[in-house]
Amino acid sequence: MSFVYDKLLGGKSGAIGLLVLSVIILIVFPMLLDGFRLNLVGKYLTYAFAAISLVLLWGYGGTLSLGQGIFFGLGGYGMAMFLKLEASSPENTAIQSTPGIPDFMDWNQITALPWFWEPFSSFGFTLLAILVLPALFAYFIGVAMFKRRVGGVYFAIITQVIAVILTVLIVGQQGYTGGINGITDLRTLNGWDITSDSAKYLFYYINCGLLIGVILLSRFILTSKFGRLLLAIRDKEDRVRFSGYDVANFKIFIFCFAAFVSALGGAMFTLQVGFMSPSFVGIVPSIEMVIFAAVGGRMSLIGVVYGTLLINFGKTTFSESFPELWLFLMGGTFIAVVMFFPNGLAGLWSQYSPDIIKKIRSTFGMANPELPLSSPGLKETNS
Amino acid sequence: MPSMTNTDFSLSIEDLTVSFDGFKAVDNLNLYIDKNELHVVIGPNGAGKTTVLDLICGKTKSTSGSIKFLNQELTTLSEHEIVRRGVGRKFQTPSIYENLSVFENLEVSYPEGRGVFGSLFFKRSEKVISKINEIAKLIMLDGEMETEAALLSHGQKQWLEIGMLLIQDPQLLMLDEPVAGMSVKEREQTAELLNSISKGRSVLVIEHDMEFVERIAHKVTVLHQGKILAAGKMDEVQKDPKVIEVYLGH
Repeated sequence: MSFVYDKLLGGKSGAIGLLVLSVIILIVFPMLLDGFRLNLVGKYLTYAFAAISLVLLWGYGGTLSLGQGIFFGLGGYGMAMFLKLEASSPENTAIQSTPGIPDFMDWNQITALPWFWEPFSSFGFTLLAILVLPALFAYFIGVAMFKRRVGGVYFAIITQVIAVILTVLIVGQQGYTGGINGITDLRTLNGWDITSDSAKYLFYYINCGLLIGVILLSRFILTSKFGRLLLAIRDKEDRVRFSGYDVANFKIFIFCFAAFVSALGGAMFTLQVGFMSPSFVGIVPSIEMVIFAAVGGRMSLIGVVYGTLLINFGKTTFSESFPELWLFLMGGTFIAVVMFFPNGLAGLWSQYSPDIIKKIRSTFGMANPELPLSSPGLKETNS
Repeated sequence: MPSMTNTDFSLSIEDLTVSFDGFKAVDNLNLYIDKNELHVVIGPNGAGKTTVLDLICGKTKSTSGSIKFLNQELTTLSEHEIVRRGVGRKFQTPSIYENLSVFENLEVSYPEGRGVFGSLFFKRSEKVISKINEIAKLIMLDGEMETEAALLSHGQKQWLEIGMLLIQDPQLLMLDEPVAGMSVKEREQTAELLNSISKGRSVLVIEHDMEFVERIAHKVTVLHQGKILAAGKMDEVQKDPKVIEVYLGH
C-alpha cells in the first residue's frame, strides 16, 4: 500500500491532485460537454502527453527539447499508416489505377506499396512500432548528443532542426507520406467504425486512462532516486559525474521515456481526430507543447494537464472570434509565465492555495488542522 | 606513455604533462602520496594546482605521463569510472545540489544504484539511512537533515560536499580549497575533520591559507608554473629560499 501511495501517487497532495483531475476528465467533462466538444477535449488531452514528457525532460532534467512534435508525429503517423492501409482495401480503392494502396500513392504514380508500409498492415506490429520506434529514434539522437555532452541551447536547437527535417521529408515525399495534407480519410480499426459516437467516447476514456497511467509511471520515476538524480543533474551536472554516475545514460533514458510518452499521445490523437499531418510534427506544435508545459508548471505532472487544457480552450475560443489575435495572446501568456510566475499554474496554486483553503475553512467555521509534514526526502516542489 | 612500474604508493604521478595550445599548465610532474597521508599542494595563482586535480579525476586529459592509483592507470578511464575506483574530488566553489535537502544530497551520493535501472529501483534501506546519519554527524550537519541545501551557510555547504564524498568511502580524497570563505571557528572544525578523515586513506588538498596548511599538512608540495619547486615537510619548505622568493615572501 505504501508503495502505491508514496511512489505512484506521490503522497497526500499528489493523490488528491490526481483524484481531482480524474474526476474532472472522467466524470465532469463527459457530463457537461456534447460529443463534439468532448472529442475536442480528447484531442487537447493528447497534447498533455507531450506536456508531461516535458515535465520529466525539461522541468526535472533541465534538458529542453523543442522537438517533442517529432515523437508525437511518429506515434500519430504509425497509427495513421495502419488505419490508412485498412481504409485502402482493394474493394474500397477499386477505381484507382493500382487498387489496394493508399489513395495519395496512386495520385503520385506509385504502383506498389513501399516496403516500410508493409508491416503496418498488422495491428500488433503497429502497436509495437508506436511503443518502440519513437523511443528508439530518441535513443539514437540521445546517444549522439548526450554522449558527446551536447546539451542546453545546442540540444534544443538540434531537436528543432530534426523537427524541421522530418516535416520537410514528410511534405517532400508526398507519394510515401501523403505530403502536406497528411494521412486522411481514416475510417475503421479492425472493421470497427472509428468515426462513430460510441467509438469516440471509448477513445476518450482510453485516452484518459493512458494519461493517468503515464502520470503514475512518471511519478514513480520522479519519486525514485532517479528523480532526485535528474534534479541533481539539472543543478550540478559535474558533481553528479564526479560522484560516479554516467550522466549521459540518465539523460538518454529520460529522453527515450519522453519520446515514448509523446508518441502515445500522437497515436491517440490520430484515433480521435481521424487524421495525421505534418502540421503536428514541426516547430510550431513542438513549441506549443513547451508553452503548455510552461503555463501549467513545468515541475508539475498534473499542472501541465490543466495548462494544456487552458491554452487549447483559449486557442479554440479566441481563434473562432479573433483568429489573428490568438498568436499574440499565446506569446504574451508565455512571456508572462516566464517573467512573473515561472512555476506556472501549479506554482500559483501551491503559493496561494493554503491561504484560500484557510479562508474557506474559517468562513465555514471549521478548525484548521496542522498540515502534516511530508515524509523525509519525498517532498516535491508541488503536485 | 603510461609507465609499467608499480609502486607501494597509493597515488603515483609520473612525468605528467598537459599542454593547452603549447602552454604547459603541468610540466613533467612527479608526485607520490602514501596511504594515511594528508598532502597539501600550494603555489601562486596559475601554478597548475587545480589542473593537477582535474587530471587525476579525469576532467582534463593528460598530454603525456602516468597517473596510477592503487597501481591502476587512471589516464585512460572516464570520470565516473575513476570515481568508482575510489577517487573523490571536491570542487573549489561548493558544488552541491541546492534544490535537494541535506539528506537527499547525501543519499544521491550514496554509492549504490548508480545505473539507470539501479537508481529507479533503489531502496532507502536502514543501512542507507544509518550511513547517511553517520556521515551527517561527522560533517556536523546532523541537525540540518531536512534543510534545503541552498539555505546552508557557505561553510556548511563546503562540509556537505566533503560529506558527499565521504559517503562513497574514497581511498583518495581531493579537496580544492576546502576552507575558502569559512569563519575562524569553521576553519578549526574543518582542520579537525580533515585530520580525522585522513586515517585509512590518502588526502590531497589544495589550499592558500598558510596557517591552515601548517595545521593539517603531513607533506607539502609547492608548484610553480606547472613544475615542482619544492617538496617536503611544511617547516622545511617554508625555509626554502626559492619558495620564499616566488610565493611565501609576498
